[in-house]
Amino acid sequence: MTVISLKCRNCGKRYPVEAISICEECFGPLEVEYDYEAIKEKLSKEKIEKRAPTLWRYRELLPVESDSSIVDLQAGFTPLHRADNLAEALGLKELYIKNDSVNPTFSFKDRVVSVAVSKAIEFGFDTVGCASTGNLANSVAAHAAKAKLNCYIFIPANLNLGKIIQTLAYDPNLISVEGNYDDVNRLCTEIAGYYNWGFVNINLRPFYSEGSKTLGYEVAEQLGWRAPERAIIPVASGSLLTKIYKGLKEFETLGLIDSADTRITAAQSEGCSPVTTAFRTGEPIKPVKPNTIEKSLAIGNPADGYYAVKVIKESGGTAGAASDPEIIEGIKLLAKTEGIFTETAGGVVIATLKKLVEAGEIDRDESVVAYITGNGLKTQDVLANYLTKPPVIKPDLDAFRELVEKKLEKEVVAW
Amino acid sequence: MVTVRLATPLRKFSDGKPEIQASGKTIREIIENIDKAKPGFKERIIENGEIKQFINIFHNNEDVRFKKGLDTEVAEDDVISILPAVSGG
Ligand SMILES: Cc1ncc(COP(=O)(O)O)c(C=O)c1O
Ligand SMILES: [Zn+2]
Repeated sequence: MTVISLKCRNCGKRYPVEAISICEECFGPLEVEYDYEAIKEKLSKEKIEKRAPTLWRYRELLPVESDSSIVDLQAGFTPLHRADNLAEALGLKELYIKNDSVNPTFSFKDRVVSVAVSKAIEFGFDTVGCASTGNLANSVAAHAAKAKLNCYIFIPANLNLGKIIQTLAYDPNLISVEGNYDDVNRLCTEIAGYYNWGFVNINLRPFYSEGSKTLGYEVAEQLGWRAPERAIIPVASGSLLTKIYKGLKEFETLGLIDSADTRITAAQSEGCSPVTTAFRTGEPIKPVKPNTIEKSLAIGNPADGYYAVKVIKESGGTAGAASDPEIIEGIKLLAKTEGIFTETAGGVVIATLKKLVEAGEIDRDESVVAYITGNGLKTQDVLANYLTKPPVIKPDLDAFRELVEKKLEKEVVAW
Repeated sequence: MVTVRLATPLRKFSDGKPEIQASGKTIREIIENIDKAKPGFKERIIENGEIKQFINIFHNNEDVRFKKGLDTEVAEDDVISILPAVSGG
């Protein structure tokens, strides 16, 4: 037992560990509070290194009590690539890609959902659900299937086809809502007040969000037990960003790394950038109506926006945003330099990184970790409009030679 | 009358009911009228004349920050939802 209580992040009031997410006094978010002294005695680098390569290797730092409740599709411990080709293209000295697009349902959401659905089982829920921009839908549906739970998934009606099809394959109750993600989320918050279900990102949110800490732990472990100098992270609600920071700070507290002075940097799309705008203007978060091809991060009213801005400031980081064409270029650049095919959220990260380096806000000498959190196969519909169709030829050698030589000729002329 | 849907932490002001009926011409008036019957209600939601940081209010499903905030006008049979801001994502 390493969890002490739930604690209000705003006013500090403590609550027993239940399926609640909001402080009754101030409506602030509840966070899981751990007994770090006890964890320090139990956990060591050697112990972690011997465990299976999933997010559950950091078991003591995740808020699930009994091993038997864990729903494990073996998410986590995804590759950290040294990305020299992309580094060169961007003019950076050292760049790593944390490729979290190769999780069981092809996004980082498997980390948060594995924790939330395990906790739902511990609380005795027979039904789980979520409001989703797509990736969460995939993951909740998959984990509910594995755990044999009933499942209600709510998505905005205009979602990428790939995400809808993948979700349907797991056979949940999928409900498509007319409106944007913020409409879906408001509806689900109301539904969660009527039905006694475990909504992973509503009443189970304190547990759910803890799963994202493992993206901080893993990168530190994979860098040889040190924190990155800079991390660039895609932001929707801001939960992922704040929890990567929390994870690094916890490793510092536990003495597993010397210091956690990572400059935390946010990446959003220009069509939905409430966190970046708040950071840049110094004003409180203003909700926006998203207008972008980037759907995964299209939260106009970010739940953790306030805390995300706080973390960016506190860590000495920064925040940027990429336009739709830049996002597409970001996807292509990562694919053609490093062989990693990401969805639009990853395009946002690469494009924003490029802009911040060019603007001198990220130093070329910094060692950077870019978090790629979703898979390119999910948003093919978006990319399709920006790629040239392959030439079609007869199955004939001369036809091919004509094609190649024409192309070569063209290139010669261009010289 | 206007229907006011309440987040769980506010249901101590509604005897546990998820929604109540109230009257008023603006959101602010409605909250003040509920507060008259259930003292303490307003201070949970409003601070220095503004909606508190961790609360979102919706008028007919639209965030009132896209409207006139607490001064958003409300008509008969409209629906107001008072919900936690930290939700989803
Ligand atoms: C691929 C991807 N990356 C990042 C995020 C950001 O997550 P958060 O809401 O925790 O900021 C999302 C959210 O849905 C996502 O789908
Ligand atoms: Zn509180």
